[in-house]
Amino acid sequence: MSDTAATWREYLTTPTPASRRQAALQRAWLSWRRFRANPTAMVGLVIILIIIAIAAFAPLLATHSPFTQNLNNRLMPWSAEHWLGTDELGRDVYSRLVYGTRVALRVIALVTIITAPIGLIIGAVAGYAGGWVDAALMRVTDIFLAFPRLILALALTTALGPGIDNAILAIGLTGWPPLARLARAETLTIRSSDFIAAAKVVGASPARIVFGHVMPLCMPSLIVRVTLDMAGVILVAAGLGFLGLGAQPPQPEWGAMIAAGRKFIFDQWWIAAVPGLAICVLSLGFNLFGDGLRDALDPKASS
Amino acid sequence: MPRKIAETAGSIALTILGLLLVTFVIGRVVPIDPVLAVIGENAAPGVYERTRIELGLDQPLYVQFGRFIVKAVTGDFGVSVLTARPVLDDLKRVFPATIELATLATLIGVLVGVPLGILAAVRHQSWIDHVARIVALIGHSVPVFWIGLMGLLIFYAQLGWVGGTGRQSVAFLDSVRERTGMILIDCLLDGDLDSFWDAWRHIVLPASVLGYFSLAYICRMTRSFMLEQLSKEYVTAARIKGLSEWHVVMRHAFRNIAVPLVTVIALSYGYLLEGAVLTETVFAWPGLGNYLTDSLLRSDMNGVLGGTILVGAIFIGLNLLSDLLYKLLDPRTR
Repeated sequence: MSDTAATWREYLTTPTPASRRQAALQRAWLSWRRFRANPTAMVGLVIILIIIAIAAFAPLLATHSPFTQNLNNRLMPWSAEHWLGTDELGRDVYSRLVYGTRVALRVIALVTIITAPIGLIIGAVAGYAGGWVDAALMRVTDIFLAFPRLILALALTTALGPGIDNAILAIGLTGWPPLARLARAETLTIRSSDFIAAAKVVGASPARIVFGHVMPLCMPSLIVRVTLDMAGVILVAAGLGFLGLGAQPPQPEWGAMIAAGRKFIFDQWWIAAVPGLAICVLSLGFNLFGDGLRDALDPKASS
Repeated sequence: MPRKIAETAGSIALTILGLLLVTFVIGRVVPIDPVLAVIGENAAPGVYERTRIELGLDQPLYVQFGRFIVKAVTGDFGVSVLTARPVLDDLKRVFPATIELATLATLIGVLVGVPLGILAAVRHQSWIDHVARIVALIGHSVPVFWIGLMGLLIFYAQLGWVGGTGRQSVAFLDSVRERTGMILIDCLLDGDLDSFWDAWRHIVLPASVLGYFSLAYICRMTRSFMLEQLSKEYVTAARIKGLSEWHVVMRHAFRNIAVPLVTVIALSYGYLLEGAVLTETVFAWPGLGNYLTDSLLRSDMNGVLGGTILVGAIFIGLNLLSDLLYKLLDPRTR
């Protein structure tokens, strides 16, 4: 066992990588070493991993069904039976909290699938093409940036109709402009480098240069930004849920759970307090993780 | 110079046009039938067609968009289904309450955030720096509506230090004449100190909750601006000259961060409008945010679009203002 560990280490640290893959793995290893040395970033990573594990094993961890109502047993404080008490319909708050991780992670994943490609492509194309293409694409970006994010998402969800999928769409459609700005700025610094000129000389098409050379180099700063953005996505999604425009009952979404607990805030305060804490922990995890990633992937950007 | 002004004006006009286009599209994709929203479900068949023509819905889309622009520019956002009054009148009525809240919140953010940011930079890596980091981190991780609810629970229900939801206690409702719509100022104009104290007790919690978020942002930006200045050579030179630390920081370094700081504060004012939507809902604060959420929960598109356009226009205005302030205050950009 220690033998394989030693060969792995040698593979990852030898100064003369033999293949492209080995060089890439070596870079990743170096970033990981930098990341691991940062205790707050590790806290963030552990929080995220724990929450992913909770979501994966939700049926095993939950003590009750998140949907089963028991009106004889409503608004109970915590007990051995209901670890975090019950809500206004007698459902187990702890179990709903556990299943809520699935809703939250699904929102984050789907929003990222929408925002990251749109932002990356628009930004890289605008930055590389320049001229009127750049001007037009950035004008569209500026228009979307002219709305505060939540307000635009609110108006969109109202138009599309309330529901978690429409909320995801609305958050995604309002989330890409800052990413496009970032990708464009990165592209502008990359496009004038020598290796791009060399690629042009050997006859690479613009599409090949943008997708094969520019975009991969935009990735580190984009990944950092997307990770930090995930904290914001959680808060906007919870805000929409709180206003009744996101997840619909009986889905165990944390923002909607706070909204339901709001009526009982003075007497059964835990119903609203507990999901709020869960939101804080998850978005704190992404903030810490994102800060650590920035330090690890992009050492020059950190102070 | 005139060319620059023309360019700026052109780009603002384009952005506003885009803003109107986006809101127009949102208003079009809405699954509610705008005709039925006006006449109700049980109207006679002829009425439907007549109303459709009256509303201009039989025209092609670009004509409708043209009319939409003309109406929006003249401030005609239609009639609110919710209040049965013109949306513009509603907006005028609710706007001062939001301005009052956001202004007080920004004051809190500046008065606490700037000194905290400066201290954190001057005492880099000390305990106060860590406090500032944690304050900023929490500001990025906590839902504003949840903080509001917890604040109500602790400071209103448990401790009784502040008033509850709304702008005034029931006993004080309509006690002062409405002049500016900003209740604290109205109370002072009337010289009614009891009402002022009651209104103050109501505004202090929502303003602190909102102010916390602008504080977190302003503090973080102040700190990083200040750190950058303090590493520059003129600061070292000033220190070698034997100037006191206070003099070095406040007279030399602070003057150089003042300009970017002004733009940060202008932008944070814009972000407050966003936080205000959720905060006002929690505190039943009768402002723009509350009006927006009330309208959209009742699918009142006129109210939603009017409010959205207003917020977007303010946002554009604040961005422009921060640009102008930058040019005005920083001699290097002239």
